[in-house]
Amino acid sequence: MSQFGTNRRTFLQSAALAGWALGAESPLIAPIAGIAQDTARSGGEAMQVALTVNRERWSLVLDTRTTLLDALREHIGLTGTKKGCDHGQCGACTVLLNGRRINACLTLAVMLEGDDITTIEGLGAASTLHPLQAAFITHDGFQCGYCTTGQICSAVGMLAEADAGWPSRITNDVAVSPVLTDAEIAERMSGNLCRCGAYPNIVAAIKSVASRGLE
Amino acid sequence: MRAFVYQRVADVRAATTAGAAGQGVRFIAGGTNLLDLMKLEIETPLRLVDISRLPLKGIEVTPEGGLRIGALVTNSDLAADPAVRCQYPLLSQAILAGASGQLRNRASVGGNLLQRTRCFYFYDCTTPCNKRSPGSGCAAIGGFNRIHAVLGTSDDCIAAHPSDMAVAMAALGAHIETRTADGSGRTLSLDELYRPPGHTPHLETNLAEGELIVAVVLPPPPRGAQIYRKVRDRASYAFALVSVAAVLAADASKIHDARVAFGSLAPKPWRSIDAELALIGQLPSREIFETAAEAGLKGARGYGHNDFKIALARRMLVAVLEQLAGRR
Repeated sequence: MSQFGTNRRTFLQSAALAGWALGAESPLIAPIAGIAQDTARSGGEAMQVALTVNRERWSLVLDTRTTLLDALREHIGLTGTKKGCDHGQCGACTVLLNGRRINACLTLAVMLEGDDITTIEGLGAASTLHPLQAAFITHDGFQCGYCTTGQICSAVGMLAEADAGWPSRITNDVAVSPVLTDAEIAERMSGNLCRCGAYPNIVAAIKSVASRGLE
Repeated sequence: MRAFVYQRVADVRAATTAGAAGQGVRFIAGGTNLLDLMKLEIETPLRLVDISRLPLKGIEVTPEGGLRIGALVTNSDLAADPAVRCQYPLLSQAILAGASGQLRNRASVGGNLLQRTRCFYFYDCTTPCNKRSPGSGCAAIGGFNRIHAVLGTSDDCIAAHPSDMAVAMAALGAHIETRTADGSGRTLSLDELYRPPGHTPHLETNLAEGELIVAVVLPPPPRGAQIYRKVRDRASYAFALVSVAAVLAADASKIHDARVAFGSLAPKPWRSIDAELALIGQLPSREIFETAAEAGLKGARGYGHNDFKIALARRMLVAVLEQLAGRR
């Protein structure tokens, strides 16, 4: 948050002001106009896009090159989604797009007009943790914490996939809905790297939620 | 990333018209490969035509009893489709062996077929690469080429096609359906889709400018048992060193039908008709499987670090055929 010279709460409040309800007659406000100018200076194409993030609607003017990851972090101010490799290899930027887990770094924001995006900030709050957030704390499913938000968003998506009966690479018979064993969880979570190697506890955290159901 | 104009299209005709509007136009669906390459400025489109909202997301049974898969069906949805899981299990297995859950949720079937090689030198803009920069040379020949192709290569390029899904589709005899800007369309086998590298490895397919893949059509499910096996450096989330897709219909005395395709061995998913012909009509035995493997790898050429792929592919095919024969 240091780049904004303010604390997280103040920043989030001011960032919230940068969005406006769709359909309202609103002029571009200063920070967004600034972005459009930056885009023009770099030879980029600016475009207006409406995104729904954590059930809030945002109207942004973005350089067409802006990834969903950069839109979330740099334009909306939701920095819970992390940038690791920026090439779809580490999973730190995992968010839910229309309920499905994706890499936000390999998705253009302008392609997501009208889509429903859920980030770690939309899963739970400090006072009302999502069951997976609570389980990661209970099972010590992290060390440095950098991959954690991606791990949790990925786990939310993964459990929904398992609930829908999707097989995995290690499912013996792909025609049969598998049981979510430790090995199945590890295989399904292989798109999320943890350099600290907290994998055993991550699996334990996810398994504890899987076994009692999400609801 | 270089700047580009973004254009969203609502129907196939608008897409093919936009796609044929000049050089530098690229379709984008999932974008999982294209955006990565754009960040590295290996791909530098002037205009991106977003086809992700086109109504090409259905999976339907064809009159012949096969499946017609819309080009925008995600890899995840195809792998999880009940008909695919029951009737074409090697296709589910192959898709699930590739990439990660996140990538499969975004990547499309058409995009998977058109994804580009993961050759180190293609990605490294400081080195020569005839595919990235035509005429500059090939750093992989004589370089670190452990992951490179041993079949169908040329003196200008030894890059391997990285797809798992396409290998299963090759074994199943899949065809693609396309549409062009004039409203016409055509059907191509995978062999007709991909161009051999020759002296122009930067030209990877026979698709015309603006020609859009709209569907992949699978023939009716083949008789017999099916397996997709993949060998790689990590247990998950890694490209294949060698993969084998095989189908075998056999009883104790005769092989009635066989399909064989290799992955990560060639510039395209490599269906081996020679291996299939060596099997069909024969008595199933280890000897005949070895003969088929020999036929399948005939003409293979290693480039040093990847010599091991030839022996590995042979042994994998024999092992897979033995497993399939044991299941009959």
